Amino acid sequence: MVLLEAIILSVIAASTPLLLAAAGELVVERSGVLNLGVEGMMIMGAACGFAGALLTGSTFVGALFGIVAGAALSSVFALLTLGLAVNQVATGLALTILGIGLSGLIGAGFVGQRIALAPHLFLPALTDLPFVGHIFFGQDAFVYFSVILIGGIWWFLYRTRAGLVLRAVGDNHTSAHALGYPVLKIRLLAVLFGGACAGLGGAYLPLAYTPFFVPGMTAGRGWIALALVVFSSWRPVRLVGGAYLFGAVTILQLQAQGFGLGIPSQLMSSLPYIATVVVLVLISRGRGTAGSASPASLGLVFVPDR
Amino acid sequence: MRKKLLTAVAAALAIAATAFSASAADKLKVGFIYLGPVGDFGWTYQHEVGRRGLVAALDGKVETTYLENVNEGPDAERAIEQLARTGHKLVFTTSFGYMDPTLKVAKRFPKVFFEHATGFKRAPNMSTYSGRFYEGRYIQGVIAGKMSKKGVLGYIASFPIPEVISGINATMLGARTVNPDIKVKIIWVNSWFDPGKEADAAKALADQGCDVLMQHTDSPAAMQIASQRGILAFGQDSDMIKFGPKSQLTAIVDNWAPYYIQRTKDVLDGTWKSTDTWGGLKSKLVVMAPYTNMPDDVKKLAEKTQAAIEDGSLHPFKCPVIDQDGKTVPCEGGTHLSDKQILSMNFYVKGVTDKMPGK
Repeated sequence: MVLLEAIILSVIAASTPLLLAAAGELVVERSGVLNLGVEGMMIMGAACGFAGALLTGSTFVGALFGIVAGAALSSVFALLTLGLAVNQVATGLALTILGIGLSGLIGAGFVGQRIALAPHLFLPALTDLPFVGHIFFGQDAFVYFSVILIGGIWWFLYRTRAGLVLRAVGDNHTSAHALGYPVLKIRLLAVLFGGACAGLGGAYLPLAYTPFFVPGMTAGRGWIALALVVFSSWRPVRLVGGAYLFGAVTILQLQAQGFGLGIPSQLMSSLPYIATVVVLVLISRGRGTAGSASPASLGLVFVPDR
Repeated sequence: MRKKLLTAVAAALAIAATAFSASAADKLKVGFIYLGPVGDFGWTYQHEVGRRGLVAALDGKVETTYLENVNEGPDAERAIEQLARTGHKLVFTTSFGYMDPTLKVAKRFPKVFFEHATGFKRAPNMSTYSGRFYEGRYIQGVIAGKMSKKGVLGYIASFPIPEVISGINATMLGARTVNPDIKVKIIWVNSWFDPGKEADAAKALADQGCDVLMQHTDSPAAMQIASQRGILAFGQDSDMIKFGPKSQLTAIVDNWAPYYIQRTKDVLDGTWKSTDTWGGLKSKLVVMAPYTNMPDDVKKLAEKTQAAIEDGSLHPFKCPVIDQDGKTVPCEGGTHLSDKQILSMNFYVKGVTDKMPGK
C-alpha cells in the first residue's frame, strides 16, 4: 500500500505541469487560436520562475514571475497573429524557438543554483491519515490550483455568457464579428491567459518538481500539453483525465522497469503518443457523435472588415 | 529545427567575433563544438570547464571560440567548417555524432588540427580522445556494495549503447567483490537529458527499495531526489555535492582541461601528432569527486581501489569475466578484456538480472 501511495503521488506530480499548460491552451484554442508556442512559454516560465524564487526566496513570487513571463511571451504571439494577421502555426513554432533561446540566456546565470522545494500542505490530523492523507491533504499549492483552474475554466466556458461568446468566436469569428463582438480583443485575452497558464506550468518544474534550473528542462512537455488538448477533444473535464493518464503511463513504465517486468521501455515511453493517435482517429471517425468540440475557426486568421 | 537556427546564429556570431579579433592574429585560435547548451550541468558543461581551463592556463597565447547546441549531422559539418575557415588552427568536436562531419572537414583543411571526442575514426590531422569512465564506475560499485544496507542498487540509464552497458557492468563487477548477492534495478529513461523524467525514475527506484542511486544521465535531478528521500547517490559528469550534501558518495568528473591544454601546447610547439587518447584515472582525465558520506573503512577501500586501478594492478574487466548467462567471455586483452571488447560491449555480466532492451 505504501508503494501504491508513492506511485500515486508521483503521478500527480508528473501530471500537474501538463494539466496547467494544457488548461490554458484549451481556452486559447476554444477562442479559435492555435498557439504552438506552449513549449517556449513553459520554458520561459521555468527560467523566470526559478529566477524569481531564487532572488526572493519565495515560491509564490517565483510562480508569479513564471506567469508574467509566459504571458509576456504570448503577447508577442498575440501581436503577430492578431495584430498583424501572421500565420499562427509558423508564429507558434517561432515562439517555441524564441522561448528556448531566451530562457537559456536568462537562466545562464542561475545554472547550478538551488532553491527550497515548494512547501506542501500540512494539516496535522488530515495529512497523517493513512494512504489518503498525503494524496489529498499533503500536496503543494500548484496541485490544488490546477484543480481549481480546471473547475473555473469549465464554469467559465459552459456557465457564463463570456464563455459562450468565447466559444462563438472560436467556432465562427465572422458571425461573432457581425454580431458586434470584439473578436480580436477576446482572442487577445485568451492568448494572454494561455501564456500565463503555460508559464505557471513551466514554473512548476523548477519550483516543485526538480528544484534547479537547466536550459531545456521542460523537455517536450509543452508539446504533450498541445497533444492533450486534442486528446481531450477540447473539453476541460476530459483534459483532467488525459493529463493524469499521460502522467500515469510515464510513471508506471518506470516502475514496471524497476520491477523487471520485461516490457520494452521504448514501447512504454511511446504509449502516451500512441494513445493520442488512437484518440485522434476515434475523433475523426466519430465526428459529431463522439462529441468533439473542435473549434471550427481554429488556426484561421481573422482580419476585421476593412 | 531550433538547433539549426541556433547553429546559424552561433555561426554568424562566430564570424562576427573573428572579424573583431583580427588584430590578435598572433594568438592561436582554438575552436570548440558543443552538443548541448554550456549550462546543462553535465557533459557539455564539463567541456566548457575544460575550455575555460585552457584559457586560464595559456592566457595571452590562445583565443577560443565555441559553438553550442550544434546538431549532430549536416549542421555539424557546416559549423566545423566555419571554424576551420575562420582561422582556427585547432578544433575540438565534443560528441560522438560529430565523427564523420569532423573527418570530412579534416580532409578539406589539411593544415587545421582536429580533435574528436569519443569516436574511433582518425586522420593525419584528426585525433580522437575519450575517458575510461568505467574505471570510476568500478570504484562506485565497490562503494555501493559496501554502503547499500538492502543490497539493492538503483541505476538510471539513458540508452543501451556500449558506453552505458560497460558502466553498468563495471559497477556490478565492483559491487560483487564486496557483496556477491548485490542486486541492481535498472530503469532506462531513453534520454540523455530530461530532469523531470530522471527525477521520476529516481523516485520509482527509491519507492522500490533501492538505497543507493547512480545514473548515466546528465542532470542532477536524481541526486536531489536521493537527498529528499535521505538515501545515497553518485554524481555524474560533474561534482553534484551541492545538490545532495548528505547523499553524494562521490562523482565521476570528466576532467578535459589538462588534455585541452596539452594538445594546444603541442600545436604551439609544432609537435602535434594524430593520436588516440583514452585516458582514465591515471591520466586524470577521469577524476573522482571527494569520497563523502561514508565511514572511514569504506573510504579507505575506495581509495585503495582507485590506487590499484591507477597503478595498473587492477583492471575492472580482469579475466575471467562471466556474462549474465554464466558463459565466460573470451579474454582478448591478455589478463583483461581488450579495449575493443569494452568499446563494443553488448552483454551484461553475472549478477545483472535486467533484460537488455532490444535483446
